[in-house]
Amino acid sequence: MADTMQFDLVAPERKLASEEAAVEVMVPGADGDLTVMPGHAPMLTTLRPGKLTMVTRSETQSYAVTGGFAEITPEGITVLAERSLPAEEFTKEVHDRLIEEARRVHDEAHPSVADMTAKLLADMEALGSHMLS
Amino acid sequence: MPSLKDLKNRIGSVKNTRKITKAMQMVAAAKLRRAQEAAEAARPYAERMHSVMAGLASSVQGRDNAPRLLSGTGSDKVQLLVVMTAERGLCGGFNANIAKLARQTAEKLLAEGKEVKILTVGKKGRDALRREYGQYFIGHVDLSDVKRLSYDDAQKIARDLIGRFDNGEFDVATIFFSIFESVIAQRPTAKQIIPASYEPEEGEETPSVNYDYEPSETQILEDLLPRGVATQIFTALLENGASEQGARMSAMDSATRNAGDMIDKLTIEYNRTRQAAITKELIEIISGAEAL
Repeated sequence: MADTMQFDLVAPERKLASEEAAVEVMVPGADGDLTVMPGHAPMLTTLRPGKLTMVTRSETQSYAVTGGFAEITPEGITVLAERSLPAEEFTKEVHDRLIEEARRVHDEAHPSVADMTAKLLADMEALGSHMLS
Repeated sequence: MPSLKDLKNRIGSVKNTRKITKAMQMVAAAKLRRAQEAAEAARPYAERMHSVMAGLASSVQGRDNAPRLLSGTGSDKVQLLVVMTAERGLCGGFNANIAKLARQTAEKLLAEGKEVKILTVGKKGRDALRREYGQYFIGHVDLSDVKRLSYDDAQKIARDLIGRFDNGEFDVATIFFSIFESVIAQRPTAKQIIPASYEPEEGEETPSVNYDYEPSETQILEDLLPRGVATQIFTALLENGASEQGARMSAMDSATRNAGDMIDKLTIEYNRTRQAAITKELIEIISGAEAL
């Protein structure tokens, strides 16, 4: 079995990252964080707002993602993120804006989806403590 | 017979027009490159999305609890046409071709006794269709302030569409836009986006891998379908943007060339007229001298 895998992070507007030799990738899955390593069983998962970390032999790179989904195969992982940016570019201002947006969505939301938007808001807030610390 | 002065003015104004069309052509060329880059950059996401959706859709197809965005309402009575055109003209047949395709489709649907609703994106399409189909208009999306198309713009349109779909305002939605093939060829296209039809592309095999789904398959699908709609709209907007600039570029190129031809013709006429005036004066002098 190969000990590295392909990692792709794509946003609707551009491809953000592509790495051939990822050793492990930590993904904020909708049902909880998971770490993907080479040879992982094929799976599809949606993402919640959170921190995505990719580790190669030589470096570790983190990204903030606000949602999307990941397609995992034994050979690699493709993350399709709605919005995503490298950890270095994730500042307090960006975070505040995201929270504000999530709050607005929550405030305007129909009661039937209020639970969902409340979770989104909470995830957004938690995102800050993961990314900014 | 126009006087020398008229001709001179005429040549001057055509020269100015040529300057303008030349400038517009160069601006369009620069914008085209950017639009193409944007379309190129968006492709990996759209392709991935498509293949994942195709796999998911085929596995859920036929089940009773399939989401309505995929299976439809079971009727095709009310048809929504989303006509995407440019905000500005002077780009050859670009807007007219899209409007024509939309008009033909509307015509056909009405003849079949369907109900037609029209949502326009871009001012030119609205203007072109207003006279005949004004009563079917249900909305308009204005993108004239948008300098660079972003995914958010597409998402807004998608949200609007899905909201209307959930309210039962229509059964089937089709988008009309132009696919960019080359600078001289843009193909007006109609594509059904709701209910979503994900046909595996030619030569592409449906992934036979059995995925684990987290959360459940249906939940993922419900989460992804609206994104799929947004992605398709985004792709269409980008294709349209590139097409518009391509069409404008070739339209302005031929306008520049026409202006050049016209200047040549006018210059010849100007020279002839001038020569004729000189000859006439000479004749007058000579015949005056002879008469003495």
